[in-house]
Amino acid sequence: MAQPLNTKSMGGVARQGLRRLPLNATILAPLVALILLFVVSSIASEYFLNTRNISNVMRQVSYTGIIAIGMTFVIIAGGIDLSVGSMVALVGVIILYIINTISDPIQAVLLGMLAAIAAGGLLGLFNGLLVTRGRIAAFVVTLASMSIFRSLALYFTDAAEVSTRNPLFSNVGGGFFLGIPIPVLVFFGLAILAHLLLFYTPYGRHVCAVGANAQVARYSGIRVERIVLSTFVIAGICVGLSAIMLTSRLNSVSPSDAGYFYELDAIAAVVIGGTALSGGRGTVWGTVIGALILGIINNMLNLTGVSPYLQGLVKGGVILLAVLLQYKRA
Amino acid sequence: MSEPILRLEGIGKAFGPVQVLDDISFSVMPGEVIGILGENGAGKSTLLKIISGIYTPTVGTIYLNGQIFSALDPITARFHGVAMIPQEFNLIPTLRVYENVFLGQEVRRNGFLDHADMRKRTQELLSSLEVNLDPRLPIAQLSVAQKQMVEVARVLVNDARLLILDEPTTVLTDREVAVLFRVVRALVANGVTILFISHKLKEVKDLCDRLLILRDGKQVELCETKALNEEDMARKMVGRELSQIYPDKLPLDVTSAPPALQVRGLSLKGKLTDINLEVRRGEVLGLAGLVGAGRTEIAETIMGLRRKASGEVLIDGQAVDIRSPNEAHAHGLAYLSEDRQGKGLILSFNVMQNITALSLKRYVRGFIQHRAERRRAEHYQQRLAIKASNLAAPVSLLSGGNQQKVYFSKLLDIEPDILILDEPTRGIDISAKQQIYRLIRDLTEQNKAVIVISSELEEVIGMADRVLVIREGRIAVELNGDDINEEQIMLYAAGARQHVNCKRVGDYDGTTS
Repeated sequence: MAQPLNTKSMGGVARQGLRRLPLNATILAPLVALILLFVVSSIASEYFLNTRNISNVMRQVSYTGIIAIGMTFVIIAGGIDLSVGSMVALVGVIILYIINTISDPIQAVLLGMLAAIAAGGLLGLFNGLLVTRGRIAAFVVTLASMSIFRSLALYFTDAAEVSTRNPLFSNVGGGFFLGIPIPVLVFFGLAILAHLLLFYTPYGRHVCAVGANAQVARYSGIRVERIVLSTFVIAGICVGLSAIMLTSRLNSVSPSDAGYFYELDAIAAVVIGGTALSGGRGTVWGTVIGALILGIINNMLNLTGVSPYLQGLVKGGVILLAVLLQYKRA
Repeated sequence: MSEPILRLEGIGKAFGPVQVLDDISFSVMPGEVIGILGENGAGKSTLLKIISGIYTPTVGTIYLNGQIFSALDPITARFHGVAMIPQEFNLIPTLRVYENVFLGQEVRRNGFLDHADMRKRTQELLSSLEVNLDPRLPIAQLSVAQKQMVEVARVLVNDARLLILDEPTTVLTDREVAVLFRVVRALVANGVTILFISHKLKEVKDLCDRLLILRDGKQVELCETKALNEEDMARKMVGRELSQIYPDKLPLDVTSAPPALQVRGLSLKGKLTDINLEVRRGEVLGLAGLVGAGRTEIAETIMGLRRKASGEVLIDGQAVDIRSPNEAHAHGLAYLSEDRQGKGLILSFNVMQNITALSLKRYVRGFIQHRAERRRAEHYQQRLAIKASNLAAPVSLLSGGNQQKVYFSKLLDIEPDILILDEPTRGIDISAKQQIYRLIRDLTEQNKAVIVISSELEEVIGMADRVLVIREGRIAVELNGDDINEEQIMLYAAGARQHVNCKRVGDYDGTTS
């Protein structure tokens, strides 16, 4: 009799100990998956752990990762933003137009970056206003604006690639600081900020409340529409940052290819990271891990010479697996 | 005597190491009404789910219609005429009444739906229930009571022989309850057996032939209803002596204090006309009336959740313009909604996050101080005796009574001066109710003003120092002192009596005859 009792209480202690950790199952599972993937990749290919390869993977991850962080807020508040990919192209075009019209190189770069963030925020505001004031479902609004933004980018450029001769701009996305690529620094810096915003400020709590139950939020005096609107603006600003990194890395932007399918990668990262698509709960760290998982899978498939046509299949499989595991927990 | 329709022998159910039901044995005759009583968590729902085939018992035997089962499944149970009307209705709001009644068993002719026949049969069923309802109405347009009648009709289509009613009266007014009881008695006359679950002892006493009382998963009593009075029932459910359920009212001295909240000439388009009320510090004002009379609308208009057409609200004599719950909170007003799960708590949030939902600003020093939040939640956990093993677990895991206490804590944490409590004890068990009544009195003793909106007459009578009866968006009468009784309230609520100038009753003799 004493034996089973004993083991039970020990299990209880262990469980309590786990509960005290800031990590719970929702974030633990993607983390374990990431570590596993990392180990498997380093065994599968001798080039994987190569500093240059790692640095490249991280840089690649940053572009969609920055967007995924913004997407996390939108999804937690109960929305979705399908327009981010097209927005990258449109904002990218705007950046290069501004940089090319200003002669002073430093001024051009600074104003271009400012314009990117402003343009991203405004385009997000456009989405958000249609969702809150227009009372149209976020899916429909952003499906439409996805088409609109891409179309505008193509129209302005006649579908031709835009590039710049500005000598400084490429240092932003292509440069390093303390040996780390700048986009990677921006990605992690943004993640820390977003984490603080989501978990340590009333604003973040309100975002979760609105996504979990908008009615309760309204009765609790939370301005539901303002919160929803703000998440779209945050997503837009993140797109602006991502567009800066991407266009300056290439020193050019292709209105037809830039940001193509980024919305899917961003949503996938959020979902793999354990954020509920139905809204109400989620973590920024989960999204970061989700983005890293996607990036490493891509890289590993490339390194091991798997047919590029099969990469989508693997990515889709991982997304399904992540969601399946989430439902099991619920 | 005929065969019992249902007999349970030694039914037990354990979830892992937790024994939720233990050795339940009873039988039910056709045409009998059995009341099942017990506190929240006593095992009532588990028992019902075993009977309707959702759960498999760990031990024991079920005899249904003379056949032996070790466990039922939902299809077999339904085949043998077991039907359950759940607390939360399973109706599809976008479909019409008759479409819901025949959902899953649509009448077909030549492969196509036979709308005319289904409408006709629904009409017949509803008239047999003496319910006047157009089968073509969409469910979304019905009142709660009407929805319940649709559920009953749906069960009758299935030719149910054993009907389980799980707290059917929680959401009904007393008049609607009377209609429901008439329907139940008509069903019984046709030989249908009823299992009736309710927290309201008086109803159980009125309706049931026999009683089964559960406590902590055990059967503590099975007897004729006549054998027990309401107090005995409560005592057996709780397992200890229940002192008085309602705390003593304050000696009536309300005229001395100035009103904390005044409402003058409040109107809401299509809902409220010329509402005047005031509530003083230290008193409980009761708002009685039928469901749909406009009581909740009064509260929501005061809180700035609805845009008023005219009228003004004064707090401590100062006119205030409240346009959102935020502003109401800033003026010391707090509102407990009747819809705990839809408007009150965020079920996926934990206890702490729910408690600080209104008062979050107090916990911010640059960032949210999660530790201060936890300390505050622990404070309320102790003060209101909230049973929660883990403050970080979602509130959806708590029982109704404990959820309600969390909801109260959420309001108390902004230290309001005026509380509007809409159905403060809906769907919670008797000991939790008693604690909440005690809490309400404590609040008035701390010189707070409280408005209690309730459809339970007993509750209004037990708690309120003054009562306003609302009827069709107007104040029908104000009742004081001994005039606060069931008869008076019902007469005015149902419109059987109208007072000449809607003024106070009870100040002088002669109005109450």
